Amino acid sequence: MSALGKVVRAGVGRRRVQTVVMVLTTMMAVTASIMAGGLVVASQAPFDHAFARQHGAHLTGRFDGGRATAAQVAATAHTAGVTAAAGPFAVVTASPQLGSGHVVMNGLPPLTIAGRAERGGPVDAVTLEKGHWVTGTGQIVLAATDNGPRFGGVGQTLSFPALPGSPSLTIVGIARSVSRTADAWVAPAEIAALTKPGAAPAYEMLYRFAQARSSADLGRGKDALAAAVPPGALSGTVSYLATKHTADQETATFVPFIVAFGVLGLVMSVLIIGIVVSGAVSAGTRRIGVLKSLGLTPGQVGRAYVGQALIPASVGTVLGVVLGNIASVPLLAQASDAYGTASLTVAWWLDLAVPAGVLALVVASALAPALRAARLRTVQALAIGRTPQVGRGRFAARAAARLPLSRAVTLGLAGPFARPARSATIWAAVAFGAVGVTFAFGLGSSLSAIQDGLNQDSPGQVTVNTFAPPPGPGDGTGAGMEAGPGAAPQPGRPAQADTAAVARAVAAQPGTAGSFGTMQKELAFAGVPGAVSVTAYQGDSSWGGLQMVSGHWLDGPRQIVVGRRFLEATGKHVGDSVTLEGDGRSAAVRIVGEALTVGDSGMEVAADAGALTAVGVAVRPDSFAVELAPGTDRGDYLRALNSALQPLGVEAFAQDSELSATVIAMDTMIAMLTVMLVAVAGLGVLNTVVLDTRERVHDLGVMKALGMAPRQTVAMVVTSVAGIGAVAGLAGVPLGVALHGYVIPAMGNAAGTHIPPVDLHVYHPLPVLLLALSGLVIAVAGALLPAMWAARTSTAVSLRTE
Amino acid sequence: MSSTANVIDIREVRKTYDEGPAALDGLSLTVRAGEALAVLGPSGSGKSTLLNLVAGLDRPTEGSVTVDGVRVDGLSETGSARFRRERIGMVFQFFNLLDDLTVTDNVLLPSQLVGAGRAQARARAAELLDHLGIARHARAYPGRLSGGERQRVAVARALMNRPALLLADEPTGALDTASGAEVRRLLTELNADGQTILLVTHDLALAEACATRTIELVDGRIVRDVSGHLGGTAGGSVVAR
Repeated sequence: MSALGKVVRAGVGRRRVQTVVMVLTTMMAVTASIMAGGLVVASQAPFDHAFARQHGAHLTGRFDGGRATAAQVAATAHTAGVTAAAGPFAVVTASPQLGSGHVVMNGLPPLTIAGRAERGGPVDAVTLEKGHWVTGTGQIVLAATDNGPRFGGVGQTLSFPALPGSPSLTIVGIARSVSRTADAWVAPAEIAALTKPGAAPAYEMLYRFAQARSSADLGRGKDALAAAVPPGALSGTVSYLATKHTADQETATFVPFIVAFGVLGLVMSVLIIGIVVSGAVSAGTRRIGVLKSLGLTPGQVGRAYVGQALIPASVGTVLGVVLGNIASVPLLAQASDAYGTASLTVAWWLDLAVPAGVLALVVASALAPALRAARLRTVQALAIGRTPQVGRGRFAARAAARLPLSRAVTLGLAGPFARPARSATIWAAVAFGAVGVTFAFGLGSSLSAIQDGLNQDSPGQVTVNTFAPPPGPGDGTGAGMEAGPGAAPQPGRPAQADTAAVARAVAAQPGTAGSFGTMQKELAFAGVPGAVSVTAYQGDSSWGGLQMVSGHWLDGPRQIVVGRRFLEATGKHVGDSVTLEGDGRSAAVRIVGEALTVGDSGMEVAADAGALTAVGVAVRPDSFAVELAPGTDRGDYLRALNSALQPLGVEAFAQDSELSATVIAMDTMIAMLTVMLVAVAGLGVLNTVVLDTRERVHDLGVMKALGMAPRQTVAMVVTSVAGIGAVAGLAGVPLGVALHGYVIPAMGNAAGTHIPPVDLHVYHPLPVLLLALSGLVIAVAGALLPAMWAARTSTAVSLRTE
Repeated sequence: MSSTANVIDIREVRKTYDEGPAALDGLSLTVRAGEALAVLGPSGSGKSTLLNLVAGLDRPTEGSVTVDGVRVDGLSETGSARFRRERIGMVFQFFNLLDDLTVTDNVLLPSQLVGAGRAQARARAAELLDHLGIARHARAYPGRLSGGERQRVAVARALMNRPALLLADEPTGALDTASGAEVRRLLTELNADGQTILLVTHDLALAEACATRTIELVDGRIVRDVSGHLGGTAGGSVVAR
């Protein structure tokens, strides 16, 4: 081995603590960068990527099985413009209950179930997330939704009591279709058992078109399909553009937060690597002097120290890549849930770019101080680096000595002033950590509050639908679908119960604390193009109104509450009036508030029932929201209410707030990213304190020889960074608050809404006080290990150390 | 404690490092209060090991070390730290002053570690600096002082808590002749005032000037033990106990 190689090897092996810290630091930095970078990359058009991977369906066509045969539907694959097709798959809609025997969950929403033997294919290659695909009858695969599995999990049973023989199916898998072509899939042979006697199942056909960029493109495709089958057979279609729009909007909501964390993580990584590597090289200045005295040239010294830094950094980088990819799996899975797309993976090029970038940074960080030291005159290099330059921090030392604190503490407090540059790097590392913690706290709190606010569009603990349950399969309705050209009037549309009777039954039910009815209606507002979705509130809705951005909730006739997009579209402000147009009549209604709403792309309007009545629209609630009296058992209440509602032909079901897997996913991401940031910050502190205590080991030995006890030594070392940590924490909190104040409204902008002040003002005095201590905690945690090492080091050995 | 009580009582001490030969091999030694014991010997004879054991900086492999009535060999790290700051003063060859503290702050350090009263400690430091002739340097930093002056500061620091035992490890080893003579005179004065001193040195002149008793170590054993005060100047002093 060459002399230079021996110097490098000895340098790495001799400073084991330093080497381990460098390995850990680069590992954490690379891990954080890959996770952060992976998230940032994944946030770029995730729907488009997932849609391309799954060969998503540009158009999903639903055909009435009573009007077209399977062969006729299959023939549509050859329609002009269609480049790929899958199907036909028989489709039914059925209402399940979860579980069997005595323990069952009722009131679940109906499922659109497709009979599909294979999950792959030329169109809509569904991604399996859990379990396996159906292999025969008696099995069902549920679609993962934006909020995770719809209900139930693999191994549980879904039964269909309304169907003959009450068929039961075992959930064998959870799968995700980016095109959202079905709620569940079964074997084709199962469809017959799920179809009501005498009814024919509908058919679903999935298409990809040569031209599918716009609604007009897809409109032409739809017309061609409708023409290829008997009139009225195409009962509905779903365009991928609607799904894409929703997904993109959801994605856009989360991008600011992901990017903020990602950038924080990357900046932290750069900073910490710079601190660790340059610190390690600076600490070796005296050794550089020795090497020079032995005849090494400045170039050789530079190469030796770059090599010395690169060896542990390379090990850390490799470990970081592995760890980053492993740690990204759950994180990206959560992100994919949030984005409503199939599972994401770390972009391959990140696994190359991040290590290359980090190693380049290590070289740059090592080279500058190594060359600086190498250019010093040998005697200077020998003299520098062992102890702080005399003269620095004397004023602080004198001032600290006057404080009425123990001497160990005052010595520690004065310590940072002796090495201001090093103290500044600790400050920066801790401040970034504190920014991350503060931002994470605010983000988590705001997201939770926003989710609560958005859940207010489904208020109450119990909901009563005033329409009879879905009429079952074979009716060709294609629930929720846009009617295709020539489609027949939807037969068998469920009948609405006597809403007044429902309201009376609900009000009379013991345990009801409050209830109000809501009805959705498409109406026009003067000056607003197209129809606007209006939700009419009938009854006292003061306990279940939307979360307000400004103004107040509905409390009188002819009032409306709107979202930001509506205000922007109309150019109106809270307090202004707009003209509502109904069945040939119009009336002025007053905007009394702006609410948090993203429904109907932010155009959704909440109106007092009187506003609709004023334009001649009869308000017959689609559903009633019910708030239960405290202490009421919801299960018992539901059983009793459903008995009372049975004669009316309607059903009540539990309304669970959508504490959604999205928020849980976001919280998990926030927690993981925060832990990473804090760990990297802590490592930065640890490294710097290790350097400091190593360099001051002789002084520490002197103090211990004079009688400084281990606890006092720990106190002194910890205090030397605690002050910096406290100050950094104090600086980090406002920066974190500012970042939160920028990111949350940006997320709101992306979603097309203002954020209510109550969701933004989450930094209350007690949390802020605790957050301000975060810098102190990070600093102390990072310093504790080297402090204990310093306390345990033999005094005799310390005194002998040069 | 009476003036004739043993300040140091070492019994059958053996100290080995790893698999090497014994640094101290069955050594027994007592030092009475008021004695100034010089420990002589070639490099590797066990002088520094003996000093470390007495100061509680290290533990013997076998045997017992009692200093001022305290079994030092069984103390915890905290216990030995407390023992040092209350009963021991140490003077080193290379002074071991903290360069970023002023002379006064260096001297005050032991009393501050004990938690002594501020005013009382400052008065004691001023008294020591005055007596040792370095009061004019009270606000200076050690880097500006001569070797002899630094060693005087180190002595002042060592005496700050009125220790039962002053340990001096080659106190003149890094000094020029004139400064060495100053330190010799100072240690002699201290001993004359009753300060018990354990002095590890190669400097025969120092041993002759200060020591009331001299032992010589070779390979961890005492090969010579000579009693008798060979010189020194007595004088009124405020520095001793």
